[in-house]
Amino acid sequence: MGILEKIDMETLLKNLKEKFPRYILDLREGDTTTLTVKREGFLEIMQFLKGEGFNHLIDLCGVDYLNYKLEAKPERFEVVYHLYSISRKELLRVKVPIPEKDCWQYSLTSLWKTANWFERECYDMFGIVFKGHPDLRRILMPEDWEGFPLRKDYPLQLEEEREWKVYRELKTKARGAR
Amino acid sequence: MSSSLIEVRPKRVNSDQYEEPFYLNLGPQHPSTHGVLRLVLELDGETIVGCDPRIGYLHRGVEKLAENLNYNQTIVLSDRLDYIASAANNTVFCLAFEKLFGLKVPRRARLLRTIVNEMARISSHLLWLATHALDIGAMTVFLYCFRERERLLNIFEEICGARLTHSYVRVGGVRQDFTQEAIESLKKFTEEFPQLILEYETLIDVNRIWLERTKGIAVVSAEEAINLGLTGPVLRGSGVPYDVRKFRPYDAYDEVEFEVPVGERGDVYDRYRVRMMEMRQSNRIIKQCLEKLPETEGEPIIAEDAPDLLIPERMREPEPKPHPKKGFIFTGREVFPVPPGEAFASIESPKGELAVYVVSDGTNKPWRLRIRTPSFVHISAIPSLAKGHLIADLIAIIGTLDVVLGDCDR
Amino acid sequence: MGVEKSTIEIAPSVRQIPGTPAFITPIDKIFNWARASSIWPMTFGLACCAIEMMATGASHFDLDRFGIIFRASPRQADCLIVAGTVTKKMAPMIKRVYEQMAEPKYVIAMGSCACSGGIFRTYSTVQGVDEFLPVDIYLPGCPPRPEALIYALLQLQEKMKRETGRWGFWRK
Repeated sequence: MGILEKIDMETLLKNLKEKFPRYILDLREGDTTTLTVKREGFLEIMQFLKGEGFNHLIDLCGVDYLNYKLEAKPERFEVVYHLYSISRKELLRVKVPIPEKDCWQYSLTSLWKTANWFERECYDMFGIVFKGHPDLRRILMPEDWEGFPLRKDYPLQLEEEREWKVYRELKTKARGAR
Repeated sequence: MSSSLIEVRPKRVNSDQYEEPFYLNLGPQHPSTHGVLRLVLELDGETIVGCDPRIGYLHRGVEKLAENLNYNQTIVLSDRLDYIASAANNTVFCLAFEKLFGLKVPRRARLLRTIVNEMARISSHLLWLATHALDIGAMTVFLYCFRERERLLNIFEEICGARLTHSYVRVGGVRQDFTQEAIESLKKFTEEFPQLILEYETLIDVNRIWLERTKGIAVVSAEEAINLGLTGPVLRGSGVPYDVRKFRPYDAYDEVEFEVPVGERGDVYDRYRVRMMEMRQSNRIIKQCLEKLPETEGEPIIAEDAPDLLIPERMREPEPKPHPKKGFIFTGREVFPVPPGEAFASIESPKGELAVYVVSDGTNKPWRLRIRTPSFVHISAIPSLAKGHLIADLIAIIGTLDVVLGDCDR
Repeated sequence: MGVEKSTIEIAPSVRQIPGTPAFITPIDKIFNWARASSIWPMTFGLACCAIEMMATGASHFDLDRFGIIFRASPRQADCLIVAGTVTKKMAPMIKRVYEQMAEPKYVIAMGSCACSGGIFRTYSTVQGVDEFLPVDIYLPGCPPRPEALIYALLQLQEKMKRETGRWGFWRK
């Protein structure tokens, strides 16, 4: 944990805006500083942030904005990253909008090893494919599950026909034996 | 089933012999995995060459269920995530919702929350020590730790009525005040506890078998640990003093004095020492909070404008509308205005850094509730930590990472 | 033939030589007493109820005084306490472990999640373990107190003591 030359948060954000003007869609202060970034320049911006001391990737998750009535979101999905700088004690949120038809995003596994499982879970729950991921397969649901559970058009409980076939066979065999 | 997706790739040793790796399946039902964790190990003799954790055997769909329950109901759901330290889960949910609603928690409630969080930390570390020592072979420690844990659970029952899944911390404050008996028994507990920690340490601290099995196992350097996303006592054992209670203080942690123990080498033994010292610091925090409690006598324990089902008068509409279905009435629970937006809150749970990201759309149900749990990240680190060790060391590694599968799979 | 004359019918299509109960009942009593006094459950803790099960086995609410020792292998156990939420991914494993146990075997569904799905009515939770396992004792609670688990085990002992004919080569 060496001491980096500490430039404060405002200067950092100004440098960021100067360096990547085309990629940054929105920068909002508030309770947490939120940065909305385009998918194309995403990896470069993350590399820059990691170099500036944001070494702790707290979280990586997906959000589905289908039928979101409050704001008109540009795309259906969004991948949200929370970064923390231990030396600077600053929290930063980075959001990347992902369209529904073209559902993929760059993978962060080359920069942070912890992103590996977070991205697998995002793929499992939303169906967003991460390019550059070494081993993208389902993690929480069984390997041959169909559908992406956390999407808004997936039901909370499944009806009989949409049931997972291994479990359906187990139930019918048990009922038959009884 | 998922077991069919292991590909066996034979290696060519010399021109006419092939060597195949040996795959061993550990779990999901195994006496020593802490819950339903399945590890597919690739072995070369007894040494682990590769490891593939398969989780999801306790995936209950909590994030999707939370999108269909209102904010107060998700507190009850949060208990069952990290079921050993329920107060920590409740706290992180409440912190996120309070940021969303813009509530300010009164001082007495903050002190009570801190006390309950630290009690949960002691109880979680006691269970960790019991199961870790049991896996390594020291069976007496299990019974000693559970004796103390029973005392703590009895105090919890005094406070909120439940032993394990409390739902005590609510949005805006806490559910109910401490009774005088609870405060007395807690005071007695804090007097006697340091002596009891010494008892556990005399059992295993300088035991040769314990030292052989824990020193030098799974050494992690500081940069590697941060890159892998490890937090909590696992990160502090490698020398990084990152503790959310000091870096982003919440509740009453900025009023109490405590130290954050840090290890040196980053092996299993150092993490064990870190957790033992953390138990002592938690004891110290509870003592200080108990001393500060009489100053706040008579203060409210819940914020003025907290949306709370317990205060139905505030919630009910003055003129209940007739329900479309015959015989049903509206209870008026659906009405409170929630500002739209998003909030992120994180706390230092006994296992690591527990964080919640909530997106609201103005209705009384969250639009998206994301729970970042430490156990998920720690299990993802098992392959890097276990390479080159023996199977017996793997059990020690799973114990030192302190994983709870309810936390990991949600 | 000779069968109808020397036997009496006690239930539809079940014939017995008169006087058999005087011979079967003492043997039943011995087997039932032996089984009830030493139930060896298998450790199948899945979620929160497993912690209460461990607390019941620890020194405060001792289970060893009832002759109950937790065994890790299904071949050596005769009772399966399903403690915790059963998910659809885990269901085939539970069925496999249940089939590996030797007769006579019993199942206790501990906790609301094992009885009926509990508060988790979602796409991945089995709504009660009795969808694919025959359950003997249901123990609700979230989680049930250790005293409640001890009560359930005592009820299982009572159930065992009421059984007849579960021995010998003709048992079902």
